Amino acid sequence: MTTLALTGQSTPGGLLLALAVLLPFAGMLAGLAPGGRHAQRVAWATIVLGIGIVLEIAARLLVSGDALRYALGGWAPPLGVVLRADGLSVCMMLVVAVVVGAVAIYANGDFGTPPGTREARAPLAFWLLLLAVWGALNLVFVSGDIFTLYVALELLTFAGVPLVSLDGRAETLQAALRYLLYALIGSMLYLLGVFLLYGAYGTLDIALLAGRIGPGPLAWTAVALMTAGMLAKTALFPLHLWLPPAHAGAPAAASALLSALVVKGSWFVVVRLWVDVFGGMVGGSVAQLLAGLGAMAILFGNVVALRQVRLKLLIAYSTVAQIGYLFLLFPLAAQHESTRAVTGGLLQAISHASAKAAMFLAAGLIYSTLGHDRLADLRGAARALPMTLTAFALAGATLIGLPPSGGFLAKWLLMSAALATGQWWWALVMLLGGLLTSVYVFMVVVRAMEPAAPGWSPKKQVPRYQQFAVLGLATCSFLLGLAVLLPVDVAQIGRTVIPQAGMP
Amino acid sequence: MNVSQLFGLTAAALVGLGVYGLIVNPQPLRKVLAFNLTGNGVFLACAVIAHRGAGAGMSGDPVPQALLITAIVVSFAASALAVGLMLRRFAETGTNSLAAADDAAPGEARTNAEAR
Repeated sequence: MTTLALTGQSTPGGLLLALAVLLPFAGMLAGLAPGGRHAQRVAWATIVLGIGIVLEIAARLLVSGDALRYALGGWAPPLGVVLRADGLSVCMMLVVAVVVGAVAIYANGDFGTPPGTREARAPLAFWLLLLAVWGALNLVFVSGDIFTLYVALELLTFAGVPLVSLDGRAETLQAALRYLLYALIGSMLYLLGVFLLYGAYGTLDIALLAGRIGPGPLAWTAVALMTAGMLAKTALFPLHLWLPPAHAGAPAAASALLSALVVKGSWFVVVRLWVDVFGGMVGGSVAQLLAGLGAMAILFGNVVALRQVRLKLLIAYSTVAQIGYLFLLFPLAAQHESTRAVTGGLLQAISHASAKAAMFLAAGLIYSTLGHDRLADLRGAARALPMTLTAFALAGATLIGLPPSGGFLAKWLLMSAALATGQWWWALVMLLGGLLTSVYVFMVVVRAMEPAAPGWSPKKQVPRYQQFAVLGLATCSFLLGLAVLLPVDVAQIGRTVIPQAGMP
Repeated sequence: MNVSQLFGLTAAALVGLGVYGLIVNPQPLRKVLAFNLTGNGVFLACAVIAHRGAGAGMSGDPVPQALLITAIVVSFAASALAVGLMLRRFAETGTNSLAAADDAAPGEARTNAEAR
């Protein structure tokens, strides 16, 4: 209980957490004021500074070996709001910073306003929303109470929805509206759960709530409402209907942000709730149901991805499938294999984030070069864009789970947790999913390797730095499996369930 | 039945009606109204919780009211964003139904035509 008493106080460096949230939003406002081509410069300054802050947070976490905390205004819970970053949060913040950086490099090409060109609204909106997505995600990761999580999720929705309809076409407006409606009902259900928990236990703080909560009809109702709300936002099967049109219709840089990062925000909330808040009381059949939906998502998403005729829709359905893997950790984490399952799930989230961003950006480059993204007619793409196709293949290898990719390590941890707890059927689903994923990845790569038609020339020469950004991101995801060589399990630093003395 | 129970049941009814409306109506404007109905139910539930704080001898619990005001502002902004998207979409296509011509199920086709 000593850890519980300490959770209300700030730790050295805690202010960095507030900065990690504030800086992107400050950058967004600072970019909005001058507008036009200045927004891009302000966004870049913010991104460089923000990556520095996230690295500093990670360094402090490693040195202290304990979670960073910051009590806003010096008020301790239950009345005050505490920001808290444990190993899980910091890992997610790092990958978000990397993906945001790579997407920003890519977007210099698609949303840049070089001197001499007219300023347009879409680039301005993109750079500001990029910062807004980043700030909202950082707030999701460092929130120490369930109501701040609600606010963070709403910020994330408001930043994500306009990204879908950046080009203002009727289809994308419809996709954005559908996404917004799913997200809104999801957050209302979540909010009802928050109010019920406050009414019963008198606190919103995650650490205090975990100590007070007990099984009962009210707690069960709250779990059901909050989880259902988050599933709608994360697009877990069968609530995935909004995702493919929204993610496939957006411009490539925006798709990468939405598919790689935005859906992870609400997934992270489910992990926080199920592992940290309701850790002792959920499990058994409920967790099996959640993972069952995940398994359905893997099978359905992969099979539907195989039947797509357009590359971006294929990648979007692949996201539907990969979201399924993220939910397999719950029945595994409910038993004594908790650490391994949570680390596996986190690795899956991280490797999917980097791989899927690389895939969408690669699809964007292929689209610019060929002038279309019809799967039947991808020939010549490999000749024109060798680096990009390599990136696509590396990212695909991560999604399939080939060693030494991050996806391999994640699936290895999840599968060994599944076998150790005697739940072999989840291991079977993961293997089958990997097999189906490999079919569509190879299909795309093989078609793109075909020689171009005689006399064919690229519609547009894409800049090399865009190709390097995509390849860099894909290489990150492919080499993430080397994380197994790290001396400490970074994800588990400062977790409340683990006695502090046990961590280095 | 005391006041808390009455308001609690009203809140539950509002949430139920709102979720029902959100699922069955193909028109986005009605969906947004249904979302607001759900929201009002949730906010009423929060107010009941604040009122119960008064039952413990205090003059009401201020924390739920602070949460409530935040949530109302957020849901107002959400409705505004949804209406903005709808207006833009109406300006582009002249239709305001979420069931597009190509993905409408056979049963929905008639309602879709009416909506136009």
